[in-house]
Amino acid sequence: MSFFSKSPWIFHYDASSCNGCDIEVLACLTPFYDLERFGIVNTGNPKHADILLITGSVNERNIEIVQNLYRQMPDPKVVVAVGACACSGGIFARAYNIQGGVDKVVPVDVYVPGCAARPESIIDGVVQGIAALEQKRKKTA
Amino acid sequence: MKKTIIPFGPQHPVLPEPLVLDLILDDEKVIDAVPTIGYIHRGLEMMVERVEYTEMGFVVERICGICSFMHGMGYAVSLESIMNVEVPERAKWLRLIWAEISRVQSHLLWLGLGADAFGFENLFMHCWRMREEVLDIFEKTTGGRIIHSVNRIGGVKRDVSDSELAAILARLQELAKAFEETARIFASDPSIAHRLGGVGVLSAADALETAAVGPMARASGIRTDTRLYGANLYDQIEFEPVVETAGDCLARAVVRMREIPQSIDIVRQAIEKMPKGEGLPLENKPRGNPVGETFTRLEQPRGEVLYYVKANGTKYLERFRARTPTFANIPAMIKLVKGCDLADVPNIILTIDPCISCTER
Repeated sequence: MSFFSKSPWIFHYDASSCNGCDIEVLACLTPFYDLERFGIVNTGNPKHADILLITGSVNERNIEIVQNLYRQMPDPKVVVAVGACACSGGIFARAYNIQGGVDKVVPVDVYVPGCAARPESIIDGVVQGIAALEQKRKKTA
Repeated sequence: MKKTIIPFGPQHPVLPEPLVLDLILDDEKVIDAVPTIGYIHRGLEMMVERVEYTEMGFVVERICGICSFMHGMGYAVSLESIMNVEVPERAKWLRLIWAEISRVQSHLLWLGLGADAFGFENLFMHCWRMREEVLDIFEKTTGGRIIHSVNRIGGVKRDVSDSELAAILARLQELAKAFEETARIFASDPSIAHRLGGVGVLSAADALETAAVGPMARASGIRTDTRLYGANLYDQIEFEPVVETAGDCLARAVVRMREIPQSIDIVRQAIEKMPKGEGLPLENKPRGNPVGETFTRLEQPRGEVLYYVKANGTKYLERFRARTPTFANIPAMIKLVKGCDLADVPNIILTIDPCISCTER
């Protein structure tokens, strides 16, 4: 993909992660990796966001919050599950109150592996998320 | 007048983590704050029933991604004291060096987040750029940026060669020089002094009463530091805990800023004192299953952490418990939030350096 038709805004939520992936998501936005060079802006408001980055394995308490945030985002929207926990529950899959992956709660478009997911792979995941977003937009248009 | 209740979290731009507070307001003043927990609880302590003690170290490391090295070290030290394993000298020194480097990493991370919270985005970017240097050192020596998995029960997994250690020290000292400039800006900027000075003052008496730990207590004039007890080779290191007396948000920031060069100096002392050479032993493997119980204390970047481990002779531990520094600092935080302005709440919460995934595990 050589250019994007829109600058996508991302929104991050920590659904019972260990902080590892969350600080890597933040590290993506800082000068060394600089996600903003793709025109990507981190926002704190789900109503402004196109891409939802979720880290963590989603415990029982978070189910409603994640679904609520997902519903608040305008269509078309893309969910990127960041890290092993968000993909499958990861090392915490054996814990008693863990759902085992974001896709048990909301539909996921892109899975980013790693524990903690490296900034390079998070950036790759977001760029793939943008492609998924374009496709969804074409479908609805 | 009718009271207003403002929900703070679980999703809030100031913190990447889901901290939940119900702020009860009277006009612009916060009169009460009611915390709700559980949004990041993973039942990690209960996992000892399903994960063997040899593998539990990897789970314990994932209590928190910021102080992951120290959690792994605390677990290893606990099991070593139960199983009477003597850790090789060089492995102990390597642990100390990594622990201090992770303190530098954590404080830089916090300083960035704190700067972002009071609207100084430039400083946030600066601190995180410096932090990448530290993460680079971690990646070169342990293989991981965030989760290192380098601690084993009885030692460490990898050696770092003497020439590499010298290069790391040179790099850290350069970082300290670059940080001096940032610290100077931080200390002399009038808008920072205005935003943080005199906000959220915790007196020494209150700090003792609420049992605050780490930089939070040291900023209120209490000379407390678990490293002073001398465990894990800290008895061979010369250092004096950084203590400030003002007890406000600015003092808490200054304590952490002054601890960065101090930790780098501790790394220098450790590299000078550790046994040199190639192929020194790094690990004494324990035999059998552990029996007994133990307490371990460490000084994490956020303060004192306490581990309790009880083993019953099977490959599954009977009980594992961690009391993390943020958990100890929450009563002090609630005390500070009561009576402050709504606009100061993010600053007060951030200057305790909260780590919610440590607290709720």
